[in-house]
Amino acid sequence: MTNYIKLTVLGVITLLALIAANYARDLAYLVNALTVAIAAGGLFLWVLRHTDEPAVKGDLSGQYMDGVVRAGVIATSLWGVVGFLAGTFIAFQLAFPQLNFEWAQGYANFGRLRPLHTSAVIFAFGGNALIATSFYVVQRTSAARLWGGNLAWFVFWGYQLVIVLAATGYLLGATQSKEYAEPEWYVDWWLTVVWLAYLAVFLGTIVKRREPHIYVANWFYLAFIITVAMLHVVNNLSIPVSVFGSKSVQVFSGVQDAMVQWWYGHNAVGFFLTAGFLGMMYYFVPKQAERPIYSYKLSIIHFWALIFIYIWAGPHHLHYTALPDWATTLGMVFSIILWMPSWGGMINGLMTLSGAWDKLRTDPIIRMMVISIGFYGMSTFEGPMMSIRAVNSLSHYTDWTIGHVHSGALGWNGMITFGALYFLVPRLWNRERIYSLSMVSWHFWLATIGIILYASAMWVTGIMEGLMWREVDANGFLVNSFADTVAAKFPMYVVRGLGGGLYLSGALIMVYNLFMTVKRSPAVEATNSVVPAE
Amino acid sequence: METYSLLRHFADSWMLLTLFVFFGGVVIWVFRPGASKSYEDPSGIPFRNEDKPAAMRRDAGSKEA
Repeated sequence: MTNYIKLTVLGVITLLALIAANYARDLAYLVNALTVAIAAGGLFLWVLRHTDEPAVKGDLSGQYMDGVVRAGVIATSLWGVVGFLAGTFIAFQLAFPQLNFEWAQGYANFGRLRPLHTSAVIFAFGGNALIATSFYVVQRTSAARLWGGNLAWFVFWGYQLVIVLAATGYLLGATQSKEYAEPEWYVDWWLTVVWLAYLAVFLGTIVKRREPHIYVANWFYLAFIITVAMLHVVNNLSIPVSVFGSKSVQVFSGVQDAMVQWWYGHNAVGFFLTAGFLGMMYYFVPKQAERPIYSYKLSIIHFWALIFIYIWAGPHHLHYTALPDWATTLGMVFSIILWMPSWGGMINGLMTLSGAWDKLRTDPIIRMMVISIGFYGMSTFEGPMMSIRAVNSLSHYTDWTIGHVHSGALGWNGMITFGALYFLVPRLWNRERIYSLSMVSWHFWLATIGIILYASAMWVTGIMEGLMWREVDANGFLVNSFADTVAAKFPMYVVRGLGGGLYLSGALIMVYNLFMTVKRSPAVEATNSVVPAE
Repeated sequence: METYSLLRHFADSWMLLTLFVFFGGVVIWVFRPGASKSYEDPSGIPFRNEDKPAAMRRDAGSKEA
């Protein structure tokens, strides 16, 4: 019966998407409408072919739902490579403008590829990592199967559709020009639907948990899901110019729009890239170190302090703008207070290893997790410092900001995700161990050296250009033209590109290693059994 | 009073106080007597139920699942 409802819905969606494609007012909308039509139509055929098959369900409540986590792990790895590749390529585009090929002008030049890179790494790589690990962690720590049956699959595939629509849209020019919130209105609406389903699956699993306590990792994941839903909806309030076009007009305007954007933008960092990944840290670090978190009390204070303070930090992106001084001062003060919970969390993660520091020598996976926590501490020190108005007047609009973001994203988010992937793959595919530990070591060093090259190049070039911009001669005239700073940055841009290349090659080694783990590593006896009939 | 001023006054008085009291309450609650002992159980959660869901709900304080 449900299959007939599904077929009706999918058929209607396919038809509407084809109508939309027919009336499309711009290329991006046309391609996105056709993508939706193909996805819905393909799904229609798939459901049709399986209709009236006898349902062989059985009682699945004695098993964890790991299929969707496996899919998430694969998606994370692949999107990661795509995102890193795009990043490395645009880094070289900045160093060598010839790479903005004439024949690809308007599609593959830096301006079009840059949001593709940021969205691919944050939302495709990071987002899939968060969805997959949260589904894994919430099941284990609640001792219950995911709630909602195939709804988890809807979340997974729905999210991939968001990524594909957004990415193709960027290349063809659909963007609302909001950093990290570039997708146009229909993609935003679809993401809202998917995200609410995600919230339902996660919360449903917590509600039916068989542990009396909600483990701290789930608190962080839940804060991430709820806050991102709120941020996403408010920042994307816009009115479409036409239902058959991708262009929309923002509801807020002027400084209000800027404030909403950076309230969103900074909390995308705070809740997507921090709270969510801290959820990962609070589960995978204790598991890999084989000892409980250093202080559970500290983790509770860490949680409440982090979510109470982060939400106010956004205005530090708008120093010396039309935003009132009191608002930017507020943002700056809260950013500085954030030092404390951030470092509390870092200490909690690192000290989990106390008494097991020898593992750092023998286990490259724990080494990866520890360096990620190290980078977390470093970038949460650097961030508050850069939010101070006087420092910001030097650092803002320079490459220092880009360096800061990347030491957080490559170091903290990337490394903890790699650690989680190395942890998950043998367990999800019932393998004894990872295929090659020396490859993990190679990955570790390539990624670490890559980040160091990247971050140090950006510090040098950022501070240099900040100083060059403000340099005045004895008569009060500016000494340097903008083009002078661009020329001076060339060597650092090449070093940055090389750092990105190292990071990318590390990720490729990881993908190969994970693939071989599934293919070659010896299997362990399956313990994931069904509930016996009694 | 216009909406902006009304919300602004509410935000920097009662709401601010509420948030501070809540946060202070959390910190005091975490350090309540006997807290360390009560957190031993939840901090062990990742090390239980690795392979399959628990058959029944565990009660708070029970030693082993």
